[in-house]
Amino acid sequence: MAKRKGRPFDLKSQPGFTQIAWGCVVFLYAPILVLIAFSFNANRSVVRWTEFSFDWYVAAFQNEGIRNAAIVSLKVATSATLVATTFATMAALATTRTAPFRGQGVAFGIINQPLMVPEIVTAVVTLSFFALVKQITGLTGIGYLILAHTVFCIPFAYMPIRARLEDMNLTLEQAAADLYATPFRIFRRVTLPLMAPGILAGAMLAFVVSLDDVIITLMISGPGETTLPIYIFGQIRRGITPEINAVSTVLLGVSVLLVSSFFLIGRKKA
Amino acid sequence: MSSDDGLIEIVNVTKAFGTGERRFLALGGVNATIRKGEFFTLLGPSGCGKTTLLRLIAGFELPTSGEILLDGQEIGHLPPYRRPVNTVFQNYALFPHMTVAENISFGLEMLNKPKAEIASTVERMLALVKMSELAGRRTDQLSGGQQQRVALARALAPQPKVLLLDEPLSALDLKLRKEMQVELKRIQHETGITFIFVTHDQEEALTMSDRIAVMAKGNILQIGSPSEIYNAPAARFVADFIGDINFIEGQVVVAGEKTAQIRLPGGQVLTARASRPVEGPVTLAIRPEKVGLRHADDDDVPLSGTVTNLVYFGSGTNVHVDVGLGADIVARATAPKVALGDRVGLDLHVTDLSVLAE
Ligand SMILES: Nc1ncnc2c1ncn2[C@@H]1O[C@H](COP(=O)(O)OP(=O)(O)OP(=O)(O)O)[C@@H](O)[C@H]1O
Ligand SMILES: [Mg+2]
Repeated sequence: MAKRKGRPFDLKSQPGFTQIAWGCVVFLYAPILVLIAFSFNANRSVVRWTEFSFDWYVAAFQNEGIRNAAIVSLKVATSATLVATTFATMAALATTRTAPFRGQGVAFGIINQPLMVPEIVTAVVTLSFFALVKQITGLTGIGYLILAHTVFCIPFAYMPIRARLEDMNLTLEQAAADLYATPFRIFRRVTLPLMAPGILAGAMLAFVVSLDDVIITLMISGPGETTLPIYIFGQIRRGITPEINAVSTVLLGVSVLLVSSFFLIGRKKA
Repeated sequence: MSSDDGLIEIVNVTKAFGTGERRFLALGGVNATIRKGEFFTLLGPSGCGKTTLLRLIAGFELPTSGEILLDGQEIGHLPPYRRPVNTVFQNYALFPHMTVAENISFGLEMLNKPKAEIASTVERMLALVKMSELAGRRTDQLSGGQQQRVALARALAPQPKVLLLDEPLSALDLKLRKEMQVELKRIQHETGITFIFVTHDQEEALTMSDRIAVMAKGNILQIGSPSEIYNAPAARFVADFIGDINFIEGQVVVAGEKTAQIRLPGGQVLTARASRPVEGPVTLAIRPEKVGLRHADDDDVPLSGTVTNLVYFGSGTNVHVDVGLGADIVARATAPKVALGDRVGLDLHVTDLSVLAE
């Protein structure tokens, strides 16, 4: 083939490439497909298919434990996303729109720290720190959980926003200043609209990450603060039920929806 | 024109980047007066400080020392949005989230002009740059030439006192570039706005400008009309940078009011134009097309020599003549009747032969 002559190494033509690729796809997605399929199974079994039904979705929806967990999850994820995205936006502006300052690399490292430290370490450290704070102040409540989520959501929100700002042509802001826009109006009319897709993408990523978190939540959450993943985790120890499959499918749907919109929005040209 | 036509005055402006070891003087004491309504060009090689000077006038950089006056008012320390000066950026910098019309109206909105006035000005600007049909387009769907026009309209809409253009044509291909040169001149004429134009293309500078400032290494070497710059270059660098030129070294023997007699190493004596008293060793300069070809045994030819090379280039031929001065002297003629090895005389007229200030 004439086309292959120009490429000395073509991965696709290596022996076994197709088989390995398909193997990966199957191992990744087969369990998910099974899970989705059995959430629609009329039977109680999660291994034997009988017939199609929405029963488990109805059951899950009527299950008070699941409902409460879902509400806690949404509450925590929404609050953490809002706060984290705000901080991430400010951090991204500070690390891209100011003259290079001493310790910029350190600042960058600190913002991204939650990505690099093993989550279990963060979880243990946060737990003992919060225990100390609780003892001193006597304050309790869901605020601690939201705070912990906010912290690990920040780097996820920060990355797409920063990428967006770095892509943005700096002369656009200069052009706005040249055309009599004051710094505030430059931000309102040029910087913010152009970074909006990055902010949205960051917020969605943060939301998904918060929604999915297990380890930190497991450590921090107090009584009545059970999130969906924790609830599922608790139930599964008593065996998998199609009800859990249904909840997982819904969670999966939300994640897929948000992550694909994240990519679609992120791809929009700057 | 008298000097009180001065719209912009640049007084002893210096600009240093960095500090300590890495301190770099991008502009080392620039002085210039730009007149109202003129097409003023900053010409110079890459890195000579053209963009830096433009950014100082626009307000994107602050001068290290010196003053920038606009209509007699010091503006050198005002932020960009407080200066009645607009810029056409090299990469156009059009707002990608706005339409063509929204881009053009941006400056007027920031000046809080009434809606009706904005609408009519935008329409006028669209017509001026011949973009009326594309008013509703998004700017990323425009060609390079169209983006250029929008950038121009956007910068002209607020009717600035001065329009700054930083190599606005360098991204265009040759044909479009020639077209836009003509367009730019027309638009400047129609609007009457003062243009400060940056280029490193000497031909572009010569064809478009009312006056040119030739820059090198952070300094302005000469300011003058295109013909002054071309025919009476003040410095060797200016002469060399613009077009082809012959240099002849010699010693001043008689210094007059407006002319000087210079003895060449071979003993010949040339009379040259000198705008100021000169002495000692000097360099003379003459354009190839000003060097006349004569018979070697004609009377009063100051130099003669042998033809060493003939270079044909379409509209003429360059005749290289070895007159015993080291470098050949090049004479340009449309159809010279000479052959390699011929002995020829060279006529160097006093008005075309200038003494350079080193
Ligand atoms: N922000 C800056 N920091 C440090 N040095 C700079 C900065 N801006 C410009 N310079 C230096 O100042 C000098 C002049 O730069 P300038 O951009 O004005 O050149 P120019 O004449 O516009 O060149 P070109 O034709 O390549 O655009 C260059 O040597 C450049 O490296
Ligand atoms: Mg430049």
